[in-house]
Amino acid sequence: MKRFLMAAGLAAALLVSALPAHAQTDPALEARLKTLSEELRCLVCQNQTLADSSAPLAEDLRREVRELAQQGKSDAEIKQYLVARYGDFVLYKPPVKPTTWLLWFGPFAFLLGGALVWFVVLRRRGGRVNHGDVPESIPTADEQTGRARAQALLDETKGP
Amino acid sequence: MKALRFLLPLGFFVILVGFLYVGLFRDPHEVPSPLVDKPAPAFRLAQLDDPTKQLGPEDLKGQVWLLNVWASWCVSCRVEHPLLVQLAKTNVVPVIGLNYKDTIPLGRRWLADNGDPYQVSVVDADGRVGIDWGVYGVPETFVVDKKGVIRYKQIGPITPENLQEKILPLVRELQKS
Repeated sequence: MKRFLMAAGLAAALLVSALPAHAQTDPALEARLKTLSEELRCLVCQNQTLADSSAPLAEDLRREVRELAQQGKSDAEIKQYLVARYGDFVLYKPPVKPTTWLLWFGPFAFLLGGALVWFVVLRRRGGRVNHGDVPESIPTADEQTGRARAQALLDETKGP
Repeated sequence: MKALRFLLPLGFFVILVGFLYVGLFRDPHEVPSPLVDKPAPAFRLAQLDDPTKQLGPEDLKGQVWLLNVWASWCVSCRVEHPLLVQLAKTNVVPVIGLNYKDTIPLGRRWLADNGDPYQVSVVDADGRVGIDWGVYGVPETFVVDKKGVIRYKQIGPITPENLQEKILPLVRELQKS
């Protein structure tokens, strides 16, 4: 009995500690805060989102974001609030503007360039084949004897 | 035309190496602040030595000043602190301390132990003013001009080099204007 009570007490303690601290607030707000903090960068540990990071600054910023959301600020306004203080770097998805054009469109430019090179090379090579510079593959002597042997073997097995 | 076939990739390679080489010497933790050349964010905070008195940037209008963000728990603050103490002795520029996410007793003891270079230190216990100023790595130092505009931000400890080459020349120039 004593053991059972101890086990029950431990289980209850574990359950209580597993509950999130803000369980009493509404789930819609929690969901919104979660998505929002996953789009924001923690400046202390730069490869973590605000949601993942346990740095003190991340905690403060999460608190700030929560308060702004509770004041009825939109996601865009909250992001603007943080960008005004920490710069575009807090956004995991940088805004499209002249200084980030290279970042956004550079990969597509490279893809296009690669496709162009590929196209030119293929065309040149294609031209050569058409003009008969490169002969169609003619079996070499080795290949010919090989084929003859294979055929002989096949005939043998097929035999009566 | 044939040479181009080799020169073109080589050119790309050289450019790439150039970018990577420059990237080697840049500190990714130094994020340029959008607050430079913007008015200093307002605050009114209690003073560390006498919490009944308050101080804000508007009290300092008309002079060039430095805001140094420090804390008793901050290890690299100890690195730059002797420089600040030295600077305070020269009376070139007033330094205001922002005691960031610290407690008053710990902050006072730290200043008693390490020397107090600040004209005034103000208490930002919950770090809200720090957020307004875009603080993310203590220590940080801001240069504010006579009109109350932030002109420079130093992230991390001040070194003798950037004090002599960057901060002090800028302060002198701003004091003249």
